[in-house]
Amino acid sequence: MTVDGQVGRWPVSAIPAAYMRPGNGSFTEFLTAAEPHLLPGHGARQSVPALAGAAPIAVPHGTTIVAVTCQDGVVIAGDRRATMGNIIAQRDIEKVFVADTHSAIGIAGTAGLAVELVRLFRLELEHYEKIEGIRLSLDGKANRLATMIRGNLGMAMQGLAVVPLFAGIESDQVPDPAFDVARRDPRRGRIFSYDVAGGKYEEHDYYAVGSGSTFARSALKKRYDSAADVPTAVRAAVEALYDAADDDSATGGPDLTRRIFPVVVAITVDGAVRWSDDEVGVVAEAVVAGRMVNPGG
Amino acid sequence: MPIYASPEQFMRDRSEYARKGIARGRSVVVTLYEGGVLFVAENHSPALHKVSEIYDRIGFAAAGRYNEFENLRTAGIRLADVRGFSYDRRDVTGRWLANAYAQTIGSIFSEHQKPFEVEICVAEVGAPGTVPTANDSGPGIRDQLYRISYDGSIVEERKFVVMGGVTEPVITALNSTFRVGWDLPTALRSAVSALGSTGENAPRELLPTQLEVAVLDRSAPGRTFRRIQGTLLGTLLTPPATDPAPGNGSEDS
Repeated sequence: MTVDGQVGRWPVSAIPAAYMRPGNGSFTEFLTAAEPHLLPGHGARQSVPALAGAAPIAVPHGTTIVAVTCQDGVVIAGDRRATMGNIIAQRDIEKVFVADTHSAIGIAGTAGLAVELVRLFRLELEHYEKIEGIRLSLDGKANRLATMIRGNLGMAMQGLAVVPLFAGIESDQVPDPAFDVARRDPRRGRIFSYDVAGGKYEEHDYYAVGSGSTFARSALKKRYDSAADVPTAVRAAVEALYDAADDDSATGGPDLTRRIFPVVVAITVDGAVRWSDDEVGVVAEAVVAGRMVNPGG
Repeated sequence: MPIYASPEQFMRDRSEYARKGIARGRSVVVTLYEGGVLFVAENHSPALHKVSEIYDRIGFAAAGRYNEFENLRTAGIRLADVRGFSYDRRDVTGRWLANAYAQTIGSIFSEHQKPFEVEICVAEVGAPGTVPTANDSGPGIRDQLYRISYDGSIVEERKFVVMGGVTEPVITALNSTFRVGWDLPTALRSAVSALGSTGENAPRELLPTQLEVAVLDRSAPGRTFRRIQGTLLGTLLTPPATDPAPGNGSEDS
């Protein structure tokens, strides 16, 4: 039963007609239809495209994000630095977020836009669960994220790119029949990377994105242990971030003077948990202590 | 078909129509308890819900026509998520949502071909540390229950809300057992026996499979809505062997 065209005057504080229209459980699609001005980067979409040869607007960029699978799940960690050219725009920016109870997302690229996209993504997952009464599958969440990144392509071409790394574990433990059970353990987490066009790629074992990603991936190539437990995987991730910070000026290492450490989220079948600053601090201090003896790790 | 009906008669007929529609269904109870808000609905379908989560501290219960209150439920979730997204999560309040529902349902009652045959309850649980008392305090620091009827009238209830089906026996039963700040097992068992006091072949003993139970748990961080199902529901419904009298609020849970 729709309300359009049947009502003379709709009260100001009543629910707008667009909210009563049928739809699917996607919050992003609903916003596009009913409140497009709330979409991230809405103003930028309508602005005149940059003139050829003009300098890009200076906005803060990140970063390095690493994700490492292990026996019990997956760990995702990110550094804390945001740069604008040669200036450190922020020392303690958070780039890794718990997305829902069994997944997490880390973002590289334009910092402000990325944070807005994460906010929208978390709400997208929550909204679907509340409307439909059931959570999205992990593949469903990864696909929704791909669609959101694809929607940002216009701004990416203007220099405001957002590139996420998504990690999670299937929460209902019902394996996809197409899953190769002999080779893949459903208790292990899964990692998905994306390109700016919204292409989704499932990665195996470990991955990294951002300006320092090549250094982080090289470090993980040597350190990765597929049979590790979560604390060992966290140590490997923090070591990899240290190596990325060692070679990439846009990635920040652990700041022992200010107690600013990487953000670490560990995801197991029991849920996605962000490690506290103190817990990560213990690992970071151990990493630094090891480097005092052997700087190459 | 009369050629002319006075406006009063017209409205009376609409009200009668809506009331009858709501009275045909089964009853729903929403009550405050020490830990927050408890929803108990007689619902024989495990998939079609009468009780739902709207936001972090806001829950929704309804009686009447399913497709109509399902539409309202979806609209309420969208409204809450948009407000929380464009402002902040703390800016989404039960009072604001209840008002939006009242305006919407009121307009539908007056101006649509057919009124919505629904009665809904919007419940908001207060912050951790809220102590349920019988005294008044500001809306920001206590649990709130809002009942919105088919014609858009809104009432804030201080103890409990009963909607749908034949409500008088349920209200009478609850009035005799209700205690401010009663604990969850007591509140749940009272609500279930009150629901069993109405309907055909009353008094009936309702089984867990005939119930839909949920709480807004004040102490939970973030999203407070929890469904109570399966073994937990069975355990809570079983009266402890040592409990001498029902409605005694001093047992351990």
